[in-house]
Amino acid sequence: MSETTHTLDARGLSCPLPILKTRKAIAALTPGDVLEIRASDPGSVKDLDSFCTQTGHQLITSEEQDGGFYFRIRKA
Amino acid sequence: MSTTAPRMGLPSQDMDSWFDQRFAEKMAEREAAHTPSMTIIATKGTLDMAYPPFILASTAAALGWDVAIFFTFYGLNLLKQDLDLKVTPLGNPAMPMKLPEGPEWIKGKALPMPTSVMTLVPGFESMATGMMKKTLVNKGVASIEQLRELCLEADVKLVACQMTVDLFDYGKDDFIPEIEEWVGAASFLPRAMKADVNLFI
Repeated sequence: MSETTHTLDARGLSCPLPILKTRKAIAALTPGDVLEIRASDPGSVKDLDSFCTQTGHQLITSEEQDGGFYFRIRKA
Repeated sequence: MSTTAPRMGLPSQDMDSWFDQRFAEKMAEREAAHTPSMTIIATKGTLDMAYPPFILASTAAALGWDVAIFFTFYGLNLLKQDLDLKVTPLGNPAMPMKLPEGPEWIKGKALPMPTSVMTLVPGFESMATGMMKKTLVNKGVASIEQLRELCLEADVKLVACQMTVDLFDYGKDDFIPEIEEWVGAASFLPRAMKADVNLFI
């Protein structure tokens, strides 16, 4: 099954903007699609995890990369 | 014949464990079908105190919750068409007064002055507000206008206090048209009673 990957650059944004932008971006996707997010807010690590737990989307990747944070979420 | 009838003949121990299991299942079903909800009472109209209600409301909406904010007293200022929110260290001594800009030797340093003296300087409120706004932009924090817009997009219900608008002789035309309704405590409380989270800010 092929999945489409979309990207969201949330670098330079503080709480709660990375979450709000993620919600918006995910709303536009088809279930199964993957959203790649880059963020600089250290709070986004726990917040995106909590966002996925609450909304049922799947957090596939959450790691530090090049001094920032990198996430991949699959839409439920 | 009712499906529960044969169970009536079960030993009470079996009946108990059957009930416990069904009860747990039913509760889990109920929880899965439940949309969390939050109501907030926003009572403050300063720039700093405008953030908590809009941040929490927009975030809760992003999590899929139903959210309503009841704006009362000074909180009503957060619903004006033209937001002119201010912040001052007067009565707010924990507010850091650090210069967001300027040459390196002074940038990010706290003003060496007690807040009681600062606030006597004419125009200080505007200066403190300007410094706060600049710091918010520098740190990538959303503006109140932006957060309010995001709340509206996410279908957060903005409810305004009718008594306040009468009390301060405000004109309803000064407020954003997206206000869901103008009501009193008796209309807000039943909504708050059903909500999972209630906050007074």
